[in-house]
Amino acid sequence: MRPQRSFQGLILALQRYWADRGCVILQPYDMEVGAGTFHPATTLRVLGPRPWNAAYVQPSRRPKDGRYGENPNRLQHYYQLQVILKPSPEDLQELYLKSLYAIGIDPKLHDIRFVEDDWESPTLGAWGLGWECWCDGMEVSQFTYFQQVAGFECAPVSGELTYGLERLAMYVQGVENVFELNFNGRDGAQKVTYGDIFLQAEQEYSRHNFEYADTAMLFEQFKMAEAACRKYLEAGWNGERTRHALALPAYDQCIKASHVFNLLDARGVISVTERQSYILRVRELAKACGEAWLATEGGGAA
Amino acid sequence: MPDLLLELFSEEIPARMQARAAEDMRKLVTDRLVDAGLVYEGAKAFATPRRLALTVHGIPLRQPDLKEERKGPKVGAPEQAIAGFLRAAGLTSIDQAKVQSDKKGDFYVAVTEKKGRPAIDVIAEIVPEVVRAFPWPKSMRWGSGRLNWVRPLHSIVATFGPETEEPEIVPFTIDGIAAGNQTRGHRFMAPTAFTVRHFDDYAAKLQDAKVVLDPARRAEMISTDAKNLAFAQGFELVEDEGLLAEVSGLVEWPVVLMGAFDRAFLSIPNEVIRATIRNNQKCFVLRDPQTAKLVNKFILVANEEASDDGKAIVAGNERVIRARLSDAKFFYETDLKTRLEVRLPKFEQIVFHEKLGTQEQRISRIVALAGQLAPLVGADVAKAERAAQLCKADLLTEVVGEFPELQGLMGRYYAEAQNEDEAIAHACEDHYKPKGPDDLVPSDPISVAVALADKIDTLVGFWAIDDKPTGSKDPYALRRAALGVIRIILDNNLPLAPRGVVEWHFEHQFKKQYLDVASAIDNLMVFFEDRLTVQLRDQRARHDLVDSVLSNASLVEGHRLTLIVCRIEALGKFLDTDDGKNLLAGVKRASNIIRIEEKKDKREYTGAPNPALYKQDEEMALAEAIAVAKRDASTAVAKEDFAAVMTAMAKLRPFVDTFFDKVTVNVDDKALRENRLKLLNEIREATRAVADFSRIEG
Repeated sequence: MRPQRSFQGLILALQRYWADRGCVILQPYDMEVGAGTFHPATTLRVLGPRPWNAAYVQPSRRPKDGRYGENPNRLQHYYQLQVILKPSPEDLQELYLKSLYAIGIDPKLHDIRFVEDDWESPTLGAWGLGWECWCDGMEVSQFTYFQQVAGFECAPVSGELTYGLERLAMYVQGVENVFELNFNGRDGAQKVTYGDIFLQAEQEYSRHNFEYADTAMLFEQFKMAEAACRKYLEAGWNGERTRHALALPAYDQCIKASHVFNLLDARGVISVTERQSYILRVRELAKACGEAWLATEGGGAA
Repeated sequence: MPDLLLELFSEEIPARMQARAAEDMRKLVTDRLVDAGLVYEGAKAFATPRRLALTVHGIPLRQPDLKEERKGPKVGAPEQAIAGFLRAAGLTSIDQAKVQSDKKGDFYVAVTEKKGRPAIDVIAEIVPEVVRAFPWPKSMRWGSGRLNWVRPLHSIVATFGPETEEPEIVPFTIDGIAAGNQTRGHRFMAPTAFTVRHFDDYAAKLQDAKVVLDPARRAEMISTDAKNLAFAQGFELVEDEGLLAEVSGLVEWPVVLMGAFDRAFLSIPNEVIRATIRNNQKCFVLRDPQTAKLVNKFILVANEEASDDGKAIVAGNERVIRARLSDAKFFYETDLKTRLEVRLPKFEQIVFHEKLGTQEQRISRIVALAGQLAPLVGADVAKAERAAQLCKADLLTEVVGEFPELQGLMGRYYAEAQNEDEAIAHACEDHYKPKGPDDLVPSDPISVAVALADKIDTLVGFWAIDDKPTGSKDPYALRRAALGVIRIILDNNLPLAPRGVVEWHFEHQFKKQYLDVASAIDNLMVFFEDRLTVQLRDQRARHDLVDSVLSNASLVEGHRLTLIVCRIEALGKFLDTDDGKNLLAGVKRASNIIRIEEKKDKREYTGAPNPALYKQDEEMALAEAIAVAKRDASTAVAKEDFAAVMTAMAKLRPFVDTFFDKVTVNVDDKALRENRLKLLNEIREATRAVADFSRIEG
């Protein structure tokens, strides 16, 4: 399972690397999200005082990025490998560089650079400073020190590393088209490519995202998710509003609303002005969920 | 005298912040040194992606001692007063105070001496304060710490001592980071820590550790190597100052390499190739010196000497550039499939400004105004309207979405591709011009009509909703728009009065939104006059001449811009002649006399003098000369021949001179005096045909 030979080998190498450094290796969150950051293991766990080190692969859906499987680089469904370290360790850059080495990128042979890139998620009420990490001119990761999430200051600060797995795999395998990636590392008849697994899905979901997604249902789902989120948030608080008992289920509905909004956006049924107000509505939910999380044990409440 | 060496070693500092940060560090530290009485000989600051460094040399070893005298109560003052004085001065007994005397008698003086502290202790206080309050445009926390820095700060070098000796470490700690004398070199090529002493030692050791400290030197190395690499293959580097500065801030050890891409990509417009390679990959492009067209090569700047001489790095960059150019080619070819006019309905969904409607509404305003302006600027109305209709359509294309700086240019390419009239295609690009003081002014009538319509619509719109620039705030670049209008009109010598155009546009597009249209237009015209004044001043026109002409023939009153400038030029030339200088002196003398007498008598001396009261020939002659000058000047003004106006004025000069020689104004005969003052006023009035001479200096 050499990381240069297969997509799964790359994932396994990175997971092993971070497992060896004390990270919890989680499995993907079982909901549709736009990025690994939405996983509660990041969004919620970075809030509050408790240390937390985790790594996981997260399938990420960006309905608007679908290209019917015709673009060699763009996908509406792809994988991120997310590492979250709280508090961010002193040698985070070194750890990151060693992880590249672990997948076969030798810094004595390749030009690795940290290029300014400030991260902001308007829907999560979050921002941080960091870089795009370049390898020979290609962006292979995002590196962020979280300053604020869900409107709350992060103290301690978490370090987030996000590897764009397809792009990284294309680089180490030397492949120009994502669908030609070797997935399982076998040759000949036994070889399974990324395209074998996902090309049909890209075609079908692009049709769905741009042409067929039921907008009436989606508008309804947005409202329902928003209402459910508010309901669980309200119900979760104790009498003194010092402890919360439903932060995670409430946050699921926030994730749901966010994804439904992305679908509506891809269908082009949200005008420019409405767009802003939808983003604000999701952010309000995210903030309220963050507040609830801080009143739970996981959030460090006394 | 000792030197200070300071280095703040961190994770990668954004390239765009480095130069400013180095300068801020130099200024903040040295200002504080001087405030503390430590006057230094020189200082210099440097930045790399991972460090800010400062050297300050010739700092005194200690602060100077300070002697402070405090005046106390009189000798023999009540005990309470003396006790208060001792407390305030920090003395334990009145014997420690000196006695001095003045004319009121003897009084106590407390002399306290403040010993200067060792400079190193002062520096140990200054540096942490500077670091904690450092003015980064954006800063952050990390780990469990509370310190703010641009990115995590890892170590600090702070040494102090004379050049010839082993320096001391300045003793301070910031959030657990103790100042020391150790630093590190290049991240990959020389990662081991080493000890540094003074600045020279530091810079030399960094060089050995593959770090070029001085950003100017890094830029020079990159520029020289890039040009040489290009030249060796018969190409020419497309120089790019902004990119050079940025790239210099991304590397500590620049290694310049050349890569190539498939020739087939050269079918994409050169500007798109350059934007793709520059913006996304921070690489330079090359051109063929003969044709000035891009070639299929690029220059990249790596941060290390790789063990394979950069083969893998070049190959990697080539792959990324290939993918980027494929995207760009795809965008460009996709764009070509949709005609510009087909895109227009989408503008109905795009808000230009909350109070100024959608882009579609804005475009239809520009179309109307361009059509109105076309005959005035010698453009075909239908073509001007078509150009205005299409000029913004490229904003909806993929290429412009990706590279906003190519707006206009892509519009031209797409218009050409769909066989629009050449002038219309050019207007798609040129209607944005002039974009700045150094940019060219459009001259083709179609471009001129659309460029004026675009800018005037913007100006009138923001005046209609009363959202004008204030102070340094000009978010919609309205000053630039107004200056653009002025330059287009002047450079093309267009017979336009801005007021008329603005009134028409207001009337047809904005009247409902604004109640006091007239005063809004007045205000906009004053804004134009201010821009004109600045513009003419930059061209070294005399400020007082501009003022004197504008106070006589203003944009507010609806005068034409070109005529105002002609007047100023003619006036300037006239005042360079003897006739001009003497006439100005005469007019000023007349004005002064009138002003003084009017003030004295508390009345005005205006109105025609009575010819029956002329007593001397010189009066009669002057009156006649004024009448002739007035008549000739007004004929010349009507013909817009300002040189002739000046010639008419020049003829007045001998009569004015003789009048002042031979005629006494302030005579006892009241009626005669009044008549002569009125005659003087006529001189002033006659010259008003050109300008208000009283505003001219000299």
